[in-house]
Amino acid sequence: MSEALGFTAADSATRISAGEAITPEELRSAGAQADEDTARYALILGDDSLILAQRLGHWISRAPELEEDIALGNIALDLLGHARFFLTYAGTAWGKTEDDLAYFREEDEFRSARLVEQDNGDFAKTIARQLVFSFYAHELYRRLVDSSDQTLAAIADKALKEVAYHQDHAGQWLLRLAGGTDESRQRMQAGLEAVWAYVEELFADVEPTAELAGTGVAVLPSSLRENVMNGLRHLIDQAGLEMPDVKAAFGADRTGRFSEQRGHILTEMQVLARRHPGATW
Amino acid sequence: MSKPTTDQVPDGGVVAEDPADHSVWPLWEVFVRSSRGLSHVHAGSLHAPDPAMALRNARDLYTRRNEGTSLWVVPAAEITASDPDAKGGYFESAQGKSYRHATYYTQSEGVPHL
Amino acid sequence: MATHTPQLHAVDAPGEQITAEAQRAADDARLGWERFQELIEQDKRVEPRDWMPNNYRKTLVRQVSQHAHSEIIGMQPEGNWITRAPSLKRKAVLMAKVQDEAGHGLYLYSAAETLGTSRDQMYQQLYTGQAKYSSIFNYPARTWADIGAIGWLVDGAAITNQVPLCRASYGPYGRAMVRICKEESFHQRQGWEILYTLSHGTEEQKQMAQNAVDRFYGPALQMFGPPDDESPNSQQSMAWKIKRFSNDDLRQRFVDMIVPQAEALGLTLPDPDLKWNQKRGHYDYGDLDWEEFFSVVKGTGPLSHQRLAHYRAARDDGAWVREAAAAYAAKQAEADRGSALLRA
Repeated sequence: MSEALGFTAADSATRISAGEAITPEELRSAGAQADEDTARYALILGDDSLILAQRLGHWISRAPELEEDIALGNIALDLLGHARFFLTYAGTAWGKTEDDLAYFREEDEFRSARLVEQDNGDFAKTIARQLVFSFYAHELYRRLVDSSDQTLAAIADKALKEVAYHQDHAGQWLLRLAGGTDESRQRMQAGLEAVWAYVEELFADVEPTAELAGTGVAVLPSSLRENVMNGLRHLIDQAGLEMPDVKAAFGADRTGRFSEQRGHILTEMQVLARRHPGATW
Repeated sequence: MSKPTTDQVPDGGVVAEDPADHSVWPLWEVFVRSSRGLSHVHAGSLHAPDPAMALRNARDLYTRRNEGTSLWVVPAAEITASDPDAKGGYFESAQGKSYRHATYYTQSEGVPHL
Repeated sequence: MATHTPQLHAVDAPGEQITAEAQRAADDARLGWERFQELIEQDKRVEPRDWMPNNYRKTLVRQVSQHAHSEIIGMQPEGNWITRAPSLKRKAVLMAKVQDEAGHGLYLYSAAETLGTSRDQMYQQLYTGQAKYSSIFNYPARTWADIGAIGWLVDGAAITNQVPLCRASYGPYGRAMVRICKEESFHQRQGWEILYTLSHGTEEQKQMAQNAVDRFYGPALQMFGPPDDESPNSQQSMAWKIKRFSNDDLRQRFVDMIVPQAEALGLTLPDPDLKWNQKRGHYDYGDLDWEEFFSVVKGTGPLSHQRLAHYRAARDDGAWVREAAAAYAAKQAEADRGSALLRA
């Protein structure tokens, strides 16, 4: 291609490559095998990322500015990548592919947190959701890199660097919206209030996570609470906003009491795949 | 095209003002270092409200395919540029001074390490 | 980039009283014009701060901004399938592709900005419906196979158009096109691969693929613009080396390219007149529906209104965010100035 276009070797600003990081396809061919419980844990991690990526994907072509279309697109792609790693790994326990798990599980088989299922709302609500999730994910992966399960540790290592960036993205916007205009300040505060009831669920010691934490495979969710909340409090203070005083929504178990949005998200996501069962794409 | 005379010069000119003055977010120029050991090279431009966001946007826009290991962003309005080469002798002085170049000195041809 | 050179005007003979300043402006203009012609003749590049004829500038702003608008509106038909992509891999590919289009729009707007028109001004033209963009994006992406057809045919046509533009006489445009062409090389391939997978899948999938190709073939061929004898601006653009090949030449090149590709897909191109012409060494193809084309260009496309409404909603919904970030930056700059004064 480059020769046909007459590019010069000196044009280093457009030199492109795919990089050397691990890909979901490589994970599958590496032959790692998850046991039942580890797979169920991987599903929890994967579902959060998948649903959030699905939500963020909707922003592309609707963001406040072109540059932000691209930024949100990058974050969505990172999260989708994390989901693919976790679902691929989970699938090894049951002989299923990432797509079997993403497209052919029912609503009550998903284990995503209600936080990521919340609708995008305005840009401030999306930033609030991003802020909470990226602080949580960063703390989680920072610990998961030491997992006794090598595959989970490797995925966490890749994801950690990416969510650090998501954290910064959300933090930068929090500061700007909080310190911008009166309208943006109100919207940002309202955004935080809107998602706050679902923060606590992220720290619930659900099964099989709690048991797996005992064997060093998983990170105990409740042990993330202090650092995550301190980090959020610090940033919200710095932005001059109020920590929301909103009681946690009951039913923080990621199973029977999921949000009503989950069904809509899955209906849209799965519609085509389910219309053609067994087809390849 | 025939040799122009003054009265054949069509309506034309140069840009007189910074178009970015009409934008809510100012314009930034982006420079990318593709790998260690190389210079930063101009990659393009973008709009951003402030330096931190300009840098973020540059990362998201100009390094999606591993194009860079380092980035600079500069407010476009802060760049002072030379006049185009058509307008007088800005770069004329460097012409014709071949004695500044090693190839000018031919006597030493064939002498090792010189 | 900011320049502080005063606007030079055309030289209208100022009569008896030639002031020194007018004479200098006239000399500068003549020098600029000579230099411009020399650059074009010698196939060199014109750069932002060079003197250029107003019509050259206008033609470029029109072409580059239309191109940028096409990338931006072009995000919509494909974006429509991001949430429903049938596999996670395809979802990732599509997301990356639509995101690339935002980037390409951005590169092109930047190139146009060097000509003195701000991005916000160009946005405004699109927002108010004054600006044109490629009419193909006013057609709906109805099925998943349309994503394949858009990649293979629409991006394929775009690339055929764009590769010669990498050598456009205006430097920033050419450089933007180089970057775009490099990035787009995956767009056409992924589209072809989607169609290949479908045409080798279930009977229903194959039907879906054929149906998409049937709908996108004609509009894709029309992406090269009207036939040469109905394209008034083309000749001047070619003389200025903005365009390198005529609409019909590029269209022919594209047809010759896609016929074997369609065969490899096992799909049929919906044109009964399509056949190899030994004498010309090219494929002949049938007449295109230009009446529909010109009508769609004028805003009667099936989804013209929807596309514009979507764009406007995004701009409107984002206005408070853009203002907030600008306000924050202004406050920060003010605070920095304040603390600098305190230190002094």
